[in-house]
Amino acid sequence: MSRDGRRTPAPVARRGVVGRLTDFLDDRTGYRAVVHEALYERVPGGARWRYVWGSTLVFAFMTQVITGLFLWASYSAGAQTAWESVYYIQHEMAGGWLLRGIHHFMAQAMVVLLALHLLQVVIDGAYKAPREVNFWLGLILMLLVLGMALTGYLLPWDQKGYWATIVATNLAGIVPFVGPSIQQLVIGGPEYGHHTLTRFFALHAGFLPVTLVLFLVVHLTLFRKHGLHAKQPLTRPDAMFWPDQVLKDAVAMLAVMAVVLGVILMPALRAMLAGEAVVPGELGAELGAPADPSLPYAAARPEWYFLFLFQFLKVFEGWGATGEFFGAIVVPGLIMAGMFLMPIIGNWRLGHRFNVAFTLAILAGVGLLTALALNEDYAAVWVNTTALAEAERLSEQTGGDATKLIAAVGGDRGKAAVIEKQWKTLKRVRHSQDFLDAVKQAKADAARAIELAGRPERIPPAGMLELIRSDAKSQGPRLFAQHCASCHAHVDPLAEDAAAVIATSSAANLFGFGSADWMRGLLDPAEVAGPAYFGNTAHREGDMVNFVQNDLTDAAAWPKSHIDAVVAAMAAEAGQAVPQESASLVEKGRELVAASDRCGGCHAFRDNGTEPGSAPELTGWGGREWLVGIIADPTHPRFYGDTNDRMPSFGKAKEGGIAPLSSTQIGLVADWLRGEWYRPTGH
Amino acid sequence: MTHSHHQREEQREERRQEQERPVTADTADSRRGFLTKALAVICGGLATLVPFAAGVWAFLDPLRRGGAAATFIPVADLAAVPDDGVPRQYPVVTDRVDAWTGFAAEPVGAVYLRREQGSREVQALSATCPHAGCFVEMESTGRSFRCPCHNSCFSLDGGIVNPSPSPRGMDSLECRVGDTGTVAVKWQKFRAGVAAKEVQG
Repeated sequence: MSRDGRRTPAPVARRGVVGRLTDFLDDRTGYRAVVHEALYERVPGGARWRYVWGSTLVFAFMTQVITGLFLWASYSAGAQTAWESVYYIQHEMAGGWLLRGIHHFMAQAMVVLLALHLLQVVIDGAYKAPREVNFWLGLILMLLVLGMALTGYLLPWDQKGYWATIVATNLAGIVPFVGPSIQQLVIGGPEYGHHTLTRFFALHAGFLPVTLVLFLVVHLTLFRKHGLHAKQPLTRPDAMFWPDQVLKDAVAMLAVMAVVLGVILMPALRAMLAGEAVVPGELGAELGAPADPSLPYAAARPEWYFLFLFQFLKVFEGWGATGEFFGAIVVPGLIMAGMFLMPIIGNWRLGHRFNVAFTLAILAGVGLLTALALNEDYAAVWVNTTALAEAERLSEQTGGDATKLIAAVGGDRGKAAVIEKQWKTLKRVRHSQDFLDAVKQAKADAARAIELAGRPERIPPAGMLELIRSDAKSQGPRLFAQHCASCHAHVDPLAEDAAAVIATSSAANLFGFGSADWMRGLLDPAEVAGPAYFGNTAHREGDMVNFVQNDLTDAAAWPKSHIDAVVAAMAAEAGQAVPQESASLVEKGRELVAASDRCGGCHAFRDNGTEPGSAPELTGWGGREWLVGIIADPTHPRFYGDTNDRMPSFGKAKEGGIAPLSSTQIGLVADWLRGEWYRPTGH
Repeated sequence: MTHSHHQREEQREERRQEQERPVTADTADSRRGFLTKALAVICGGLATLVPFAAGVWAFLDPLRRGGAAATFIPVADLAAVPDDGVPRQYPVVTDRVDAWTGFAAEPVGAVYLRREQGSREVQALSATCPHAGCFVEMESTGRSFRCPCHNSCFSLDGGIVNPSPSPRGMDSLECRVGDTGTVAVKWQKFRAGVAAKEVQG
């Protein structure tokens, strides 16, 4: 073989089998010349670390192709299967968490490497003649990579990706004339669903990478044609690409991979050091709760490298539609146009300096916007609000009204101005706290979805969303907050701040309803007329309060053992497990409850013959059926009848109307109050 | 060994000779040459165009799919809408079709309903933010609406509270109160990010 790659007759004799085989292959294909061409590229001034960025990008892309293809082998694009299949990859398949983790974090690494590669090309002036076309190709490649990042974010079909995609596609819809059509084409119809996923997947795994490979081939060919743009001055002799530069490239690739693996494995290391168990499914990329168009998602944020665009939209407050058009379309478009013009601008006398300054300015702007976005979201973590207590009090006092404020501070305009400034900080902190709470809620929802998906019964064919919508643990608190919490508290009396919440509620605290503790409190003369029971209701001076405060305090008629028995019997009625040794106590309690000179005088219980109507029936008290009944219609004679205070009949609809809660929803509230929901075993 | 070596040398020689043979004179004739080239491009182009056109045709299918016709969907009973001027959120539950999947009575979004004291009239606002489509929520103070995405801010009747990046106020929905007291809203979506309220889909 000569250096120019032309075939020279090889010494035929004394060659082993391998040698003869490669000779044969080369003779028929000429592969040696190709390999030689690929490896023996001259590197002016020798191999250098600053030349590795392009190679690490190719490596990152290859990593994405490899992990992407294997992910593809387990992924199913469909509104009822996307989340489910990603859950299966992440939490059940051996090594799935690692595969997905590498794909997820290498995508982020790729964006960082892109920025470094671009920065280096601009600073070194590598975009100038004759490399203009290759610079443009590079910019196109960058847009393709960002496009893959954007489309990939949706594929798990979780809340995060779903809401981010709604924003991104709505922004596409702003484009004049063609915007709505583009939007409809991208989401595959008028609504987000199956075809949004199939299209995003086809873009992410087909159209975009195939286009990227085509451009990459031309990019690399042109790179070879023009040769490496060496950084002057050359201080060392030239070297060959192979092996000197390849070694540096390979070390850099390994370093990139090490960082990605480090990010994935760091939590495992931390858990191990803390002596905690490592759950592989929790390592690597996050998976949120499944996409739900009917559920607000206040934690919606794009991936961190798009945060600057997200923040940029907030800059145009008060600009109306012009602002959004500017922020989402015009300014990003102008910046891209500016970058495409760099090779031409670079020909002018100060052009190169302008280009470098332009690029640095953009990066600084991106950095600043990202910092602003993070500062807005996390202000509550680092802003000390203790100094703002007075401002907070004044805000509540004046309802945030500036003129009332001046009066409140005794006409001191200087102080009013300070307070108004503090109000702004308070508002910022409140919004940040809302965001942090939403993130916490999102994490809890995600954890619950993953717990439910792991049930032995598996996910129903209608998908994970159906399972979540029928889960008392996730739906109960939301339904309670929306329909019950304006009157009822639901707070552990032992919790911090519990007293304040209970005191301001106008109906009973339902925490632990159906338990022995709850019943013991009801039968406590000191508590029955308190805010946790009847204190803030129309029954404050009713028969029950009267009975507990006057009759139950008669130790002769109601010794403590009797009250214990009633408590045990009622807890048993609510379905609490009765230990063997308490069986007789429960039996005794049932007799007391039924007795016509005790509870049975007002309450119907089992077959004690008391007519329902004067007080709630106690048979099955606190059980599911009883709870569903009272929520659906407390005015039923079986419950409060016409002595019902203000509780609405949640299950009752007028003819042709709709009830405030469906029977399914009432069941969910009842199950949640009773603490009946799926719990994984064996953990 | 030498035998096969000879054979290969012969093959190479043949190819060399092939390349040295004169090219047909016809292609040198510029008119016929042009025709040949044009035909080649047209034939090849047409052949390639067929699969491409078939693909684009199917790809454009969503453009001819409108959304479901807007209908009035019952969302609450009048009695369940407090008449204190403070909006409350109600889920919109309706049948929904996603390409090949049909859902019966599925929550598809939410509206805010608001009623002034003693009034039988209900104001309905879509919970979808007119800025970029996120889910607008009530401020924890209860004094205004705020979108958790880009801080678009709205008053309780849906008007813009500046500074707000949204180009228009929250979208009001047509709302009917039936004789039996059922509150129904006309469920529609509007194009985000533009000043005018244009029905989408």
